Amino acid sequence: MDKAKKISKGIFDPKLMKAAFVDSFKKLDPRALWRNPVMLSVEAGSAITTVIFIYNLITGKGEPTWFTGMVSIWLWLTVIFATFAEALAEGRGKARAESMRKTRTEVMAKKLKKPELGGTYELVPSVQLRKGDLILVEAKDVIASDGEVIAGAALVNEAAITGESAPVVRESGGDRSAVTGGTQVIANSIVVRITADPGETFLDRMISMVEGAKRRKTPNEIALEVLLVALTIVFFLVVLNLSPLSIYSVKAMGQGQPVTLVVMVSLFVCLIPTTIAALLPAIGIAGMDRLFQKNVIVLSGRAIEAAGDVNVLLLDKTGTITLGDRQAVAFIPVKGYSEKELAEAALMASLTDETPEGRSIVVLAKQKYNLRITELPKNAVTITFSAETRTSGVDLDGHAYRKGAADAIMRYVQSEGASIPNDINGHVTEISKSGGTPLVVSDNSVILGVIHLKDILKGGIQERFLQLRSMGIRTVMITGDNPLTAAAIATEAQVDDFLAQAKPEDKLRLIRENQEQGYMVAMTGDGTNDAPALAQADVAVAMNTGTQPAREAANIIDLDSNPTKLLDIVEIGKQILMTRGTLTTFSISNDVAKYFAIIPAAFASIYPKLGILNVMHLATPFSAILSAVIFNAIIIPLLIPLALKGTKYRPMPAERLLIYNLLIYGVGGLLAPFAGIKLIDVLINILL
Amino acid sequence: MQYTNITFDIAQILALLVVVTLLVRHFGGYMKRVYQGERNLLSPVLGPLERVVYRISGIGSDAEMNWKQYAVSMLIFNFVGMVVMFAILMLQGYLPLNPSKFPGFSWHLAINTAISFVTNTNWQAYSGESAASYFSQILVLMVHQFLSAASGMAIVIAFIRGIVRRKAETLGNFWVDLTRGVLYILLPIAFISALVLVSQGVIQNFSPYKSIQLLEPTSYEKPKLDEKGEAIKDASGKPITEKVIVKEQTLPMGPVASQEAIKGFGTNGGGFFNANSSHPFENPTPFSNVFEIFLILIIPAGLTYTFGRMAGNTRQGWAIYTAMMLLFVLAIGALYWAEYNGNPLIHRLGVPGINMEGKEVRFGLGGSVLFSASTTATSCGAVNNMHDSLTPLGGMVPMVLILLGEVVFGGVGSGLYTMLAFAIIAVFAAGLMIGRTPEYLGKKIEVTEMWMSVITVLAAGVFVLIFVSIALLVPAGLSSMSNSGPHGLSEVLYAFASQANNNGSAFAGLNGNTVFYNLTGSLAMLAGRFAPALAVLAMAGSLVKKKFVPPSLGTLPTDKLPFIIWLVSVVLIVGALTFFPALALGPIVEHMIMQGGI
Repeated sequence: MDKAKKISKGIFDPKLMKAAFVDSFKKLDPRALWRNPVMLSVEAGSAITTVIFIYNLITGKGEPTWFTGMVSIWLWLTVIFATFAEALAEGRGKARAESMRKTRTEVMAKKLKKPELGGTYELVPSVQLRKGDLILVEAKDVIASDGEVIAGAALVNEAAITGESAPVVRESGGDRSAVTGGTQVIANSIVVRITADPGETFLDRMISMVEGAKRRKTPNEIALEVLLVALTIVFFLVVLNLSPLSIYSVKAMGQGQPVTLVVMVSLFVCLIPTTIAALLPAIGIAGMDRLFQKNVIVLSGRAIEAAGDVNVLLLDKTGTITLGDRQAVAFIPVKGYSEKELAEAALMASLTDETPEGRSIVVLAKQKYNLRITELPKNAVTITFSAETRTSGVDLDGHAYRKGAADAIMRYVQSEGASIPNDINGHVTEISKSGGTPLVVSDNSVILGVIHLKDILKGGIQERFLQLRSMGIRTVMITGDNPLTAAAIATEAQVDDFLAQAKPEDKLRLIRENQEQGYMVAMTGDGTNDAPALAQADVAVAMNTGTQPAREAANIIDLDSNPTKLLDIVEIGKQILMTRGTLTTFSISNDVAKYFAIIPAAFASIYPKLGILNVMHLATPFSAILSAVIFNAIIIPLLIPLALKGTKYRPMPAERLLIYNLLIYGVGGLLAPFAGIKLIDVLINILL
Repeated sequence: MQYTNITFDIAQILALLVVVTLLVRHFGGYMKRVYQGERNLLSPVLGPLERVVYRISGIGSDAEMNWKQYAVSMLIFNFVGMVVMFAILMLQGYLPLNPSKFPGFSWHLAINTAISFVTNTNWQAYSGESAASYFSQILVLMVHQFLSAASGMAIVIAFIRGIVRRKAETLGNFWVDLTRGVLYILLPIAFISALVLVSQGVIQNFSPYKSIQLLEPTSYEKPKLDEKGEAIKDASGKPITEKVIVKEQTLPMGPVASQEAIKGFGTNGGGFFNANSSHPFENPTPFSNVFEIFLILIIPAGLTYTFGRMAGNTRQGWAIYTAMMLLFVLAIGALYWAEYNGNPLIHRLGVPGINMEGKEVRFGLGGSVLFSASTTATSCGAVNNMHDSLTPLGGMVPMVLILLGEVVFGGVGSGLYTMLAFAIIAVFAAGLMIGRTPEYLGKKIEVTEMWMSVITVLAAGVFVLIFVSIALLVPAGLSSMSNSGPHGLSEVLYAFASQANNNGSAFAGLNGNTVFYNLTGSLAMLAGRFAPALAVLAMAGSLVKKKFVPPSLGTLPTDKLPFIIWLVSVVLIVGALTFFPALALGPIVEHMIMQGGI
């Protein structure tokens, strides 16, 4: 609720509104409106009625001037409301692009000849940097362009891109080698190889995306526009047909006047799907903007449409499904020892262990058994984890507390000549089977029991997967764990499938297999070895902390580097499509009521009997037509909030969702204008 | 005076609907086997014949065509047919089998008739018994009732293949589909049906027309004409008449039964006689009437099941069938209600009861209503009562059924493909509403599909609007009307609706045999037939290349009731929005005038 408020306030920020107001007039230029043929035809209609109005005004002939005048005004308003909606949707992106553009201001780069930190450099403007150039970036320097760190490591402030002020480490080699132009090095120096020519940098792409300058219509948007244009052509002919119909009827009945051009234009504008045509550009732009609010940059409109269609989600276990680290959840002693004794030994063995697992053992022991050891005794000797022993612990007061993997501790105990309790293997297997990790604890070569370490699922993740399943989306967990552990976690998290001991090429294969079967696959990745899979996936989200190849292969970048975002992306993708669908249905259903308002009015002079179709009992033919025109115009600004926020998405099976939306937007769209037009008619007749 | 028994009518209507529904499975399944080249009931008999046809004509039965090749073959076939037909009609005076010595058709009537029969419209601006020789009737008109029907069926089969095949290029072979349609489906059943009709009293002969002495001579007043052929008027401006006494009647003869069967079965509607199925030699008994209605419905209805079987999901076929049936029942109900209530103007004259003007007593109200609804729901266009004489709202029902694009069962082939185009538009809006880019039967609906569906669905309506506008403005259009006011408007609207949608039935009042109506009608028929046909094939060409998206919980279920109702609404809304003004100024206002003056 709070969030929704914040967003709505964001959209209707007075400053943005003012800018959009000015823009909405600029967009009236027919050359700009050409992209939206339906609204262009409304503009043509407005021009026609305006000419007629001026003619009426000068000659005093024809329909009452107040009528042609009001119709003209409201037809113009219809177009302006449409351009305003688009301008408003673009507004916030533009503001953000503006601030990003400032960071793009030209900087001088230190161009190196050789990739050495201490090498000589010459100063060149950033616009002269080309792919493959090497530059040196020292503390306080702004990185001139996108690139890859090939030597050194530095602390980088990426707030200009991510809005996150905490600096991040960028270093050569590994998965954190990418740097972005416009970010600033805070400490240390690095050598960067430039990976983008001027105008093609990440910042440039981002600016053009959020600004909508390069926004191309998505395939689905074009298909929808085909429908809208076809309807417009048909209604154009329907309205043209009105003239011969009425001329014939006047002759046949010997009374009344043929329909006038103003009435024809009014009916035309009311019938063509102006509501959806006016809001269609805004829906797409606003959807991108909503993602942007969540710090997600969509690099192609196609990707977001694909996101709505995704059938299979590939999710990394760590960080997406589980919290990053395993935590101790239980102490299981072997026969002859109590849980408390085991907890004490475990606590002692972990006192100096600074890993998250170690700390979680300390926390559990303290909480569960109220054990208190405030500080480490001075005579304690820390035995750190080593690859050979694969155990760690503390030596203290003649006790040697150890913990480690089951086989490692057993080997250690056996080497000390002690025996192994019979029941230890049972406990170890049981924990492994349940998806946990067993850590065996010994005190002076006596095995006391096992600590159960467990992957902790992120809060609410099961519900999320349940929702996804009801939306028809299959989730696949990707993990490096062994199949046993993976299966247990998969069951607990309720994912549909898992890929254990996954290597990068396994991911690629899995994606290909799913696509062969016709599924749309979404995945997240950050490493260079994820790049092929990202390039293959339909919706590929790269973490901003990821490597340059990963970011280039992806079509969506998550600036927060939070893999759970994929779920938000899918949801917003669906919202965009749904909003288009519901507003189209609403727009076309509205026509029925408009016919009932305009047809009896248009033919009232020829066939007064047709008044029986005037089910709304609108006062006069003029007020009836004007009411329909006003309703048609005013519904656009009324629906702007819906277009910008998107139809609320409720995760439920398709059939129920369809019934739900048909009832609200289909039946609602059929009925609402009857009430609306009647209300406007009453108001008009009070004012007159 | 009551000419009908409402219980009997309802029972008759229900019985027919049940029989059709029961046979849809068998008939549709049979057609699926025929078109897929599988073994079927008749292959032992007809298989060798089919192979002979291929050997003589040089068709390779396994040569697959892409959509362009398929479309070009279809166009060439139809064009050649049209030219041949035009020539024969012009030259029939010199050709054999012409005992009544009819001269050739006028050029514009020949064009209109040739196009009419090629397009499966069978709009008849001539009257068969007084203009067409037996040679023309059989070799031109009847043969094309087979060929145009088979051509329409081939197109829908190619379209279904486009939906069903995955990542493919080709849609089948037009000549093979055409041959199989004629050989296995149309010919055998037309043959049996003709026998059934003969058993009911439909004639089948090549005799010259017979002169028969009337039992009771009648007389009528005939206006006297001067040399120029214009009526001589007296001083007060009234035409001078003379009494003519009629003692004998000419009874037209001919091979009626064979044409009658395919007339219904191929949803052609081109009757042997001008009076069509109200003529006792075409449709003698209540049973022959119901049988003809059955023939009209069975192929278009059966094709929905063929579609389901070929798609591997019969529920999808039944969903389309249910949508059609819903619209059909609505239409029958409305028509029956309008005619049952009758005409208040006649009631006021002391003649209560239902409206029987223009209907045959032997069929009653039920048999007439059922025939009218069936012939306009499909693109048949045969009539057993005069639609011009229906009450205004009653007459609006057949008109609306035609204007909706004949998707309630519809023409053989064309009905199903138009309905599927509607389904694709419905899927597009509904698919978006559930938050996915739309797909139908696992195929994504994108820009090409939208263009082609929209053309398929709207082309006929666009041409109706254009031609009606022209006809109402030019003298050549207005002079053919026999009624003024709203009814005249209805006649013009009906004429173009019927031709553009390839129905062929007429609101009889309009004189269609003029240069203006023959030529505008020809254009309407051509555009109404081939624009959708080509669009459908182009769409098939695009769909066939796409991969199949397997259904999931997130997929729009197109075989459940909510979608069926949505599909019906889309059909109704598109039709209503396009024709509301014209219908308001035609039948609706006429109804109001009838109810109590202007």
